[in-house]
Amino acid sequence: MRGSLKRVFATAWHTPSGQVGAVTLLLIALVAVTITPFLPDPRIMPDLSGGAAPPSFAHPFGTDAFSRDILSRVVHGARVSLSIAALAVALSISLGAAVGTTAGYFGGWVDAVLMRSVDAAMAIPRLFILLLLVLVWERIPPAALVAVIGATGWFATSRLVRGEVLRLRELDYIRAAKALGAGSPGIIFRHVLPNTLGPLIVAATLGVGEVILLEAGLSFLGLGIAPPTPTWGGMVHDSESLMATAPWTGLFPGAAIVITVLAVNLWGEAMRAAVDPRTA
Amino acid sequence: MIGWLIRRGLQAVLTFAAAIVILFFLMRVTPGDPLMRMTEDRQISVAEMARLKHRFGLDQPLALQFITFTSAAIRGDLGVSIYRYPDRVLDLIVARLPASLLLGGTVLLLNFTIGVWLGVLQAARRGQFIDRWLTRLSLSGYAMPSFWLALVLVYFLSTRWRLLPSAQMTDPLLDPSAPFAVRTFDLLRHLLMPAFTLAIVTIAATMQYQRTAMLEVLRLDFVLAARARGLTESQVRWRHAWRNALFPVLTLFGLWLPILVSGSVFVERIFNWPGLGSLAWEAINGRDYPLLLGTSMIVTLLVILGGVCTDLGYWLLDPRVRRP
Repeated sequence: MRGSLKRVFATAWHTPSGQVGAVTLLLIALVAVTITPFLPDPRIMPDLSGGAAPPSFAHPFGTDAFSRDILSRVVHGARVSLSIAALAVALSISLGAAVGTTAGYFGGWVDAVLMRSVDAAMAIPRLFILLLLVLVWERIPPAALVAVIGATGWFATSRLVRGEVLRLRELDYIRAAKALGAGSPGIIFRHVLPNTLGPLIVAATLGVGEVILLEAGLSFLGLGIAPPTPTWGGMVHDSESLMATAPWTGLFPGAAIVITVLAVNLWGEAMRAAVDPRTA
Repeated sequence: MIGWLIRRGLQAVLTFAAAIVILFFLMRVTPGDPLMRMTEDRQISVAEMARLKHRFGLDQPLALQFITFTSAAIRGDLGVSIYRYPDRVLDLIVARLPASLLLGGTVLLLNFTIGVWLGVLQAARRGQFIDRWLTRLSLSGYAMPSFWLALVLVYFLSTRWRLLPSAQMTDPLLDPSAPFAVRTFDLLRHLLMPAFTLAIVTIAATMQYQRTAMLEVLRLDFVLAARARGLTESQVRWRHAWRNALFPVLTLFGLWLPILVSGSVFVERIFNWPGLGSLAWEAINGRDYPLLLGTSMIVTLLVILGGVCTDLGYWLLDPRVRRP
């Protein structure tokens, strides 16, 4: 199975958009790691009365209302946004795989109850579920934010995995495994789940883009991680009242979101085309 | 037809009922009860708290509370807003519905007309310069946070160039007795920016779906036959091919509604558009649980109804679906 994943990566890499996406992502990661130590602390406010200054040599992206360096805040924000997205997606993919496999493998009323619940949950827009959950906290702790975003993102994944399991369940090699006396856990973990890995990785990648946007949205509404920790959405939120006089305070963090999400989506779409060539 | 409608309707009702169960318990699995959230910073005696709990039925068992809540909801009683006490939640929602439907309808119209047209164009020019760049542009739009795009558009179109108004649905200085044409023009000017913001961030999927569907149809023999009969390229494209490539795009309609509704929370808040999205924002800001729960329920209902309409459209237009 590892071989076929390698083939998916290789095929995706050899498309122009896949390459652009992957290279951009690597560059973002590289920049976030290498230049962070040289930047000023994003939380320190050097001059409370200084106000926002336009981009200059000392501050390439300018400074915000508290004279904080925006470049530094954007780079640190990358770490916050990307780690939240990665953890939340890991959680939702695991949940989706667990529920989907359970429903698909056992079938019957287990399947019916699980999938009807997923139908209902998918009818409620994800943002509204999140709003109802997030509102409990005055300011949400990062771990809770990850848990809440992860717990609301698995519905589509569970459907996807269930479909794959239903398809695989009828194949000869699974029947052979059953005939040889393999138990349910063995069949699921050894034979079924590894074969759903391709579609899962695609769903995870595209999910990262979605979660970056969601997290930014929550921060923009003032419901994300508490200041002074820099987040991209939070920076756009802070810039809202300054846009007329200091547009750079909002332009750069927003552009960071667009570039990152676009790169993730380009890579995800390239992988999807590699996993399922019919949709290309 | 009748049988199909009843079955589909029943399924929609069951989904909605399950969604209400989920929403109700979402409110209650979270720590604390609604009263604690309302009274957090105030000094309230234990006796007073107990009296309040009894007054709102919160001392009852959870199952009983759920039954009271749903039976009231069925009668159209969604409770009373906290933030706008003593306004009723349902009245607040109904007052905001027209503005939301106007904005959402305009976005869908823009999304489908422009998206379908561009998707067909892309399929006709497959692999060429315009196809590749349209894909890239639409994907960039898809990667944009709607609130950021809205702020950038306001900065350029309102602050810098003073072309369009940046907030509200109508000009407050406009004489309400002005001629109808003037008022409509004013409304359109206010509608333009929020509608385009939402259309830009959602159009990628419509284009992509239309492009794929069109490519599949263009391969078929009847298209070749139409070309062989000497029809012009645009006749082949629109009269023959496109009609058969429309159905996949219809399925998107059901997909759009949740995205539209969520996007409108940001866009309506920025543009001060008096719809459901800004109502949800007011509910968040005022920690108004009944109002947020009511808005979520109505939004869920809209999504489910959108799904039914999509299926109905499919059923009416595509005879292949009708075979059981």
